[in-house]
Amino acid sequence: MTPDLIYGLTGIAVFAIGLVGALCAQDRLRRVLALKLCSVGAGFILVVAAWREPPASPDPVPHALVITGIVVMVSATAVALALIRRLQTLEAEADE
Amino acid sequence: MLLDWIAASLIAIGAVFFVAGTVGLLRFPDIYCRLHALTKADGLGLALVAFGVALLADSAGEVFRILLIWFFVALASATCGHLIARYARQSGEGDAHD
Amino acid sequence: MTDPLILFDLLLGVSVVALAVAVMGARDLFAAIVLFVIFGLLSALAWARLSAPDVALAEAAIGTGVTGALLLKTLHHLRYVTGQLDQFAAPGMTPAEPVPMGVIAANAAFCGLITLGLAVAYLGAPQGGPGFDALVAEAMPQSGVEHPVTAVLLNFRAYDTLMEVVVLLAAVIAVWQIERGLSDAPSPDLGQVWQGFARLALPAIVVVGTYLLWKGSEAPGGAFQGGAVLAAVGLLLLLSRAYVPRPAHRGAARLLFVLGTGAFAAVALLVTGGGRVAFQYPPDQAKTLILLIEGLVTISIAVTLAALFHGREPVALPSRRDHHDT
Repeated sequence: MTPDLIYGLTGIAVFAIGLVGALCAQDRLRRVLALKLCSVGAGFILVVAAWREPPASPDPVPHALVITGIVVMVSATAVALALIRRLQTLEAEADE
Repeated sequence: MLLDWIAASLIAIGAVFFVAGTVGLLRFPDIYCRLHALTKADGLGLALVAFGVALLADSAGEVFRILLIWFFVALASATCGHLIARYARQSGEGDAHD
Repeated sequence: MTDPLILFDLLLGVSVVALAVAVMGARDLFAAIVLFVIFGLLSALAWARLSAPDVALAEAAIGTGVTGALLLKTLHHLRYVTGQLDQFAAPGMTPAEPVPMGVIAANAAFCGLITLGLAVAYLGAPQGGPGFDALVAEAMPQSGVEHPVTAVLLNFRAYDTLMEVVVLLAAVIAVWQIERGLSDAPSPDLGQVWQGFARLALPAIVVVGTYLLWKGSEAPGGAFQGGAVLAAVGLLLLLSRAYVPRPAHRGAARLLFVLGTGAFAAVALLVTGGGRVAFQYPPDQAKTLILLIEGLVTISIAVTLAALFHGREPVALPSRRDHHDT
């Protein structure tokens, strides 16, 4: 048992949960949450891939990739949420 | 060595307070009791853990940073507790004992 | 052999997975978002344990903090639009429709296959294989900074980071376009205690954000983490209504949005002008250039994230609601 194995499996499990949620959730906000879970799961795998046994320092390139991914994900989330707000407003207006 | 033991026991006592707060959150009947248990117990638990960790710190700078973290976490958790209680009172949720 | 920390790792891994299940399983949307925030913070803790403090900081500040604020704001807006503001729970906003068994089975098989493939690929991959460690360590002296992640982000792979800043810029443009003419949900009144907290926390957040930026060249931290922390200043100002965006401020806001991208691209062009490849900084000026880029990018990131939280472009709304598209 080493930390990379534990967190690698954690990452795969989180990604799988997010994938199921993104496919099966019908609520829009829940789908965004599910996709966020997927992105965190992918982050886990990359961070684990960068990990080395403690005396050695980890590989910085995957770390930079994950940071880039986090920033891109927050941009995508913001756009998705704006679309959800707009869509819900349009639906509410159509119902009136 | 003695310092290590004092620090470890302080952190352990702090953890006990956190557990007590969590039990209160799970077991108490309404939102105000739960908040009371959580904010009181966690406030004390956090102070004990921060004090224990500060004893283990290497330099004065680290102690100062731990103190700052303690101050702002305590401030934020008190404000959060207040905001939740205030919202519950305004929406009338706390009156329902379920 | 058994390190006591392995127990901690196991506990943390199980908690993270359990929280992910809870996020998807929570009946109340508000509870799901709060659980997601806790999930993000515990993931950040796991990444700190995997000796990736930069990633942990970015996840805690951007992936959890800013994203959580965005999600909660959207939930507030949806409850306002659907007239559920006075209800305590928000079970869901989109009406659920029955799904045929065949679709469920196909989805389950698909998810199972992908997960299985991932697990096989992960377990079959060579552990600790040759990464970029050696290459980065070799090139570090020419990078101008002492922290490898910052060197990768702003020197060796600066194209990626430039594109990342462009993505943020594109996001804020898209959000302004999507929300054009949308009326805002009234922001909740948070009371006196909150105002006092905001006043106490503001200067501290400014100091922490600047510290993270400054520290980035030699230790974990940097433009993205610092920018996200500084964005919290914008969030506090917007929430406590100490700053209300006005139509007249749009010019300044646009300037701040493109400041980071512009400076980044200008440096690249300037370096190219000196007969080098873009982003191949002259070693003796590398540190100055990187710090300049980081400083300006941080300002842009902070303003952009705060604008993403605010959402709608601050335009004067037409008085009649049925007249909003021109």
